[in-house]
Amino acid sequence: VSTGAVTADTTGTAAAPPKRRARVTDRAKAERRLAYWLIAPSVIVMLLVTAYPIIDAFVLSLQRADLRFPNANKFIGFSNYGHVLSSSLWWSDVFHTLFITVVTVAIELVLGMLLALAMHRAIFVRGAIRAIGLIPYGIVTVVAAFAWRYAWESDSGWIPHLLGLHSDPLASTSGSYIAVIIAEVWKTTPFMALLLLGGLALVPDEIHEAARVDGATTWQRFWRITIPLMKPAILVALLFRTLDGLRIFDTVYIFNAGAHGTETVSILGFNQLLNRLNLGLGSAVSVLIFLMVAIIAFLFIKGFGAAAPGAGD
Amino acid sequence: VNARRIALAAAALAALGIAGCGGGGSGGVAKLNYYTFPEPSGSFATAAANCSKASGGRYTITISSLPSDSDSQRTQLVRRLAAKDSAIDLIGMDVNWTAEFAQAGWVRPWSGSQATQVTNGVLPGPIATATWNGRLYGAPLNSNTQLLWYRKDLVPNPPQTWTQMIQDAIKLAKQGKPHYIEEQGRQYEGYTVWFNSLVDSAGGQILNGPSKVALGPAAKQAAGVIHDLATSAAADPSLSNDQEDQGRLAFESGTAAFEINYPFVYPSAQKDVPKIAKVMGYAAYPQMNAGTPARVTIGGINLGVSAYSTHPAAAFEAATCMAQRQYQLINAVKGGLPPVLASLYNDPAVAKAYPFHQLIKQQLSTYGIRPKTPAYSDVSLAIQKTLSPPSGIDPSTAVSQLTSQIKSALSSGALL
Repeated sequence: VSTGAVTADTTGTAAAPPKRRARVTDRAKAERRLAYWLIAPSVIVMLLVTAYPIIDAFVLSLQRADLRFPNANKFIGFSNYGHVLSSSLWWSDVFHTLFITVVTVAIELVLGMLLALAMHRAIFVRGAIRAIGLIPYGIVTVVAAFAWRYAWESDSGWIPHLLGLHSDPLASTSGSYIAVIIAEVWKTTPFMALLLLGGLALVPDEIHEAARVDGATTWQRFWRITIPLMKPAILVALLFRTLDGLRIFDTVYIFNAGAHGTETVSILGFNQLLNRLNLGLGSAVSVLIFLMVAIIAFLFIKGFGAAAPGAGD
Repeated sequence: VNARRIALAAAALAALGIAGCGGGGSGGVAKLNYYTFPEPSGSFATAAANCSKASGGRYTITISSLPSDSDSQRTQLVRRLAAKDSAIDLIGMDVNWTAEFAQAGWVRPWSGSQATQVTNGVLPGPIATATWNGRLYGAPLNSNTQLLWYRKDLVPNPPQTWTQMIQDAIKLAKQGKPHYIEEQGRQYEGYTVWFNSLVDSAGGQILNGPSKVALGPAAKQAAGVIHDLATSAAADPSLSNDQEDQGRLAFESGTAAFEINYPFVYPSAQKDVPKIAKVMGYAAYPQMNAGTPARVTIGGINLGVSAYSTHPAAAFEAATCMAQRQYQLINAVKGGLPPVLASLYNDPAVAKAYPFHQLIKQQLSTYGIRPKTPAYSDVSLAIQKTLSPPSGIDPSTAVSQLTSQIKSALSSGALL
């Protein structure tokens, strides 16, 4: 593999060759038509399983809709959005969600990078190390959340016992956030590491060797070679985890259902939809979460130049 | 290979689809699906099997277990009932769902001789929980009420009132002895029940009718008691995360002197820690005002018939059969579920299984019930969230906060 080819590959969209607008041959046309036929089934399935619920949620969000009182349903325009956006509860929950997301993603990036480097450099039993590193990610989130909740329990948990605490860490706001963040980081750092490992694999050894010959230290090589070449992979990893983090539900719900000021926007939506059966208000919350996620994805892609998944091909 | 995989997957999906649509009746035997909480002793299964046999081939009952906690049970049921799922025939309804399910038209009302049969000799509290707008929507199957459990070795005389209990606990704390009072302070429906019991016991109520907020001085007194407990030495440090089971475990581990909980904790202690069981006393639920018996919010299950059942006649017959005296007795003795028939409390088998049976019967007759409104779930959410955490309650503003939050809960246009 030549160095040039690899770097062109890693920089992705930025280095993509200019598109040829020359004549399209009949063969190319036929191929294109065949391609549309081939992707048609998956496009239809995608429309059914994603576009339909999204549109349905939007339509519901414009109504007074309660499962218990179907006769009282009526179209009320955007007033559900008015109720949500004028509620201090929504804004405090947005703040809680952003706080958890920013802190967990930042910690995961650092730990994920260390784990990725370890997995990349491992000489012995590389496969086993990678597999072990991925175990937390393979555990169902709810199960992991229960395991952590029991670990933090003041009477029987091993964490308060280990720390010699006599109070209940989950009975305070700071303790609850610490517990939630640790559980999230433990769970999803492997995913971050996996994405970063993909980026690391694309950094050619030749450049490192050349830099070493020129007298660059390990630290310099990491910051000047590894990081810049990995930038697309890092941005994709950050994007994925940020979008994931904004939808956090399971861990917080299992720990204390959003008590002690840890309620997130997903729990707020759940309470309106499944506890109160208020489909109108709950759908408005869901659509707003969707918009929040879409805006952040847009900022990542436009602002930081993260490649949209698949855009580099 | 891929094509074959896809074909296999498609076949599997199709099979699932067919299985999902199954269960329709074919003339003869009505196949009844009975959804209820996961009853561990097998006493519900005994009743279902015996009643199926006794029907002479008119129906067979299959039990399907719902999730273990009441909130998740309701979530599954309401989703399916709102979608008019005909695969549900019989429902083991938690007492707090009656108004909601009845108002939405998800369960059928009971009438005529069957209604008389399933309420004959039943204590008034359980009947009240199964009634909405003057009609019966469930056959009362079992009830439940919380008692005060205490350590006889630490507390020679059980406290009569909440104030006294908190003082006793503080005194024990000063002596360096186990002193916690175990209660349900987590943000969930059980916390609403605690508050409701205190408001009722203080002579007030949360709602006056299905949509008018009452509260008043009794609510202030109730919020004050929760606050006093939570901010004193009497509180378990994890009070704000405790449900029934955490309370049971804390009492069994010996750190608590008092516990407010359902009777299941008694056999549990005998099995888990005989040392604690030997000094485990029981008494009536503490009073709010000395001399006035507490009005404890009662729990339990009522058997409802789904409005979308394709075999309603068989379902009513089956529910009537399973709510009979003989099965209530098995549920009580084997399953630890207090019966709703008053006469069963004089049965020697019940007396043996529940040394505290007279206390239960007495509390079931001075019962309190949860606010009766189709929006109970909303009201409960508003109460839990406003009063959470217990130590953060400000008794002087709690009532006005609760009033505005419950009003929001009763309107469909406010976020909770």
